[in-house]
Amino acid sequence: MARPRVALFVTCLVDLFRPAVGFASVKLLQDAGCTVEVPMAQTCCGQPGWNSGDRETARSVAAQVIETFGGYDHVVLPSGSCAATIVKDYPQMFPEGDPLHEAAVALAGRTHEIVSFLVDVMGVKRVSAKLQAQATYHDSCSGLRSLGIRDQPRALLASVEGLTLTEMEESEVCCGFGGTFCVKYPEISTVMAADKTRNAAATGAGLLLAGDLGCLMNIAGMASREGRSFRCRHVVEVLAGQTDGPAIGEG
Amino acid sequence: MSFAAPTTPSFPQNVHEALQDENLQAALRGSRGGFVLRRARARAALPEFDALRDAAAAMKDHVLASLDIYLERYEAQVTAAGGQVHWAETAEDARRIVLEICRRAEAKTVNKGKTMIAEECGINEHLEAHGIRPVETDLGEYIIQLRGEAPSHIIAPAIHVTVPQVREEFRRAHTALAPDRDLEGLDTLLREARAVLREKYFQAEVGITGANMLIAETGQSVIVTNEGNGDLSQSLPRVHIVMASLEKIVPGLEDAATLLRVLARSATGQEMAVYTTFSAGPRRAEDPDGPEEYHVVLLDNGRAKMAGTPFQPMLRCIRCGACMNHCPVYQAVGGHAYGWVYPGPMGAVLTPSLIGVEQGGHLPNASTFCGRCEEVCPMRIPLPGMMRAWREREMERGLAPATARYGLRIWGFLARRPWLYRRATGAARWVMRRMARGRGRIARLPLAGGWTGTRDFPAPQGRGFLAQWQERK
Repeated sequence: MARPRVALFVTCLVDLFRPAVGFASVKLLQDAGCTVEVPMAQTCCGQPGWNSGDRETARSVAAQVIETFGGYDHVVLPSGSCAATIVKDYPQMFPEGDPLHEAAVALAGRTHEIVSFLVDVMGVKRVSAKLQAQATYHDSCSGLRSLGIRDQPRALLASVEGLTLTEMEESEVCCGFGGTFCVKYPEISTVMAADKTRNAAATGAGLLLAGDLGCLMNIAGMASREGRSFRCRHVVEVLAGQTDGPAIGEG
Repeated sequence: MSFAAPTTPSFPQNVHEALQDENLQAALRGSRGGFVLRRARARAALPEFDALRDAAAAMKDHVLASLDIYLERYEAQVTAAGGQVHWAETAEDARRIVLEICRRAEAKTVNKGKTMIAEECGINEHLEAHGIRPVETDLGEYIIQLRGEAPSHIIAPAIHVTVPQVREEFRRAHTALAPDRDLEGLDTLLREARAVLREKYFQAEVGITGANMLIAETGQSVIVTNEGNGDLSQSLPRVHIVMASLEKIVPGLEDAATLLRVLARSATGQEMAVYTTFSAGPRRAEDPDGPEEYHVVLLDNGRAKMAGTPFQPMLRCIRCGACMNHCPVYQAVGGHAYGWVYPGPMGAVLTPSLIGVEQGGHLPNASTFCGRCEEVCPMRIPLPGMMRAWREREMERGLAPATARYGLRIWGFLARRPWLYRRATGAARWVMRRMARGRGRIARLPLAGGWTGTRDFPAPQGRGFLAQWQERK
């Protein structure tokens, strides 16, 4: 089989806040036998516009993404939320008959969240990483409910030498991030985030993992304000064995 | 509290108060998880559950496409059985019709089974204003009637009340009983409510119930209860009024059975509610009991005009409450914060449809789109998608805050220009890293006080990924 040509869409949050997630993604994709390219014209998937009801702005950003990421075998993102925007929302943004609709459907069919891509498309069964730690995993909403990502990260984490995974209560309940929700309705968001950090802390795990940086920044920010002892990382950092750098919010 | 004037426009203030309310928070903590666990068990025990959901949704879509035909058939069947259908275009029409019937029956007391449509129409307040006493017979409804409150959940109206509060309320209201009586156990409370309510059943001239379904083929209305109060409310008084909204129609008995199979499982995790009651008109000559008069008040109140819009799927709703039982926002603040009759995700879509997005606009915005509601909805209603559609309407009509509208446009302008976007995010990174002062997080961030009031904001870690990648190449 020829090496698939994969475009990595790191997402705007990863580019701005946590480049380590981008490098870990590159390593995992290369280890799985992909040729990784990073189109430099990438910015954001357009979800903030779409979810805020600004269809026109969302469409114009989506059109640019469709152009930038055309022509690859696969487009992979280290975010279930951004991947779901392309997979589920892009085809709805343009009316049928519009050439962009067809292009959006085609792109949606080639787009994947990274951990599910590794397991479901590339057939990866284990990774070579090691980490002595007890971790718990938060299921980010879009990845879980829009894309069915639940077992894939757990399967790969089980192959990390030294790592034990302890499930928390309500791991499938939203952390309260929700994009602009967290600043529009901060009091509700705070309650949800505090529920999450309490459930995570109750496992005794020293590390909370998830597949979306938005959720992770919210949970890490709440945990550090509360003085919780667990740290937060994107799941790909652990799977790639790249956990030497500081955890989220730690420098 | 009544629903006469929605408090939905002050949703953020309502939320603030709900979060400070210790009794409410205790009640929410106590009930949280129970419904979720029981529904999950019921679903797991019925392999064809998801197929039933598909069938139920498809059936309801079919009905909505031919609503007029089924409604006419239903009316003909009710009329043939000796009953009368009253068409109420608005809540005001419904109030007028119900009052007229009660006056003709010379009613002093009206027994009510649980009906959200009567809540929507403000029937209790209207009857009271005209000297008629409405008595709620559902235990939860009875408790909140004593407290002068509106329901906070569509199937568990008093879910916001703690047991000690119920005890206190019973001591205050049931003055004929010994003040120092034992009210410790739940059983004791239940027995007392039962004894008090029993007496009231025989006093009422009119009984008002809701309807979970109206069956076009037979002209029957169907209610499900766990207390049997619906049966007594409708069979003991001389006059029975069914209040229902027009989308409650189903074609035939088979279809009713399909909905019954998903309804209780989704609502309480029961296979069936304890009582499922079919009523089909007034007492016939050979019947041993039943009402002498049978009226159905069919409410539109803005529903017909939802057909053919992106909000039509909302008319499939069977009011099971699964969406609010699974909603982290509802679970945090309870139902009253939503400010009108329908709380939770179904309310977040329905309320703007019925009272206008100008008043109800907060509700579809107060969602993270976590998708749990859609995941559990027995009628597969795309609730988050419709909340998004409301946001789109607000954006089109200029109702969204100006900061959001212009902010999104500026962001869109930058996102389409990668080089410029990189400059802008580079500047933002530089500022945030300065603010973090090497600690990796920011304790106070201008314009994001909602975040940093309670949480730290993780700062950017080093240079951007794309810049670093380009250099390595």
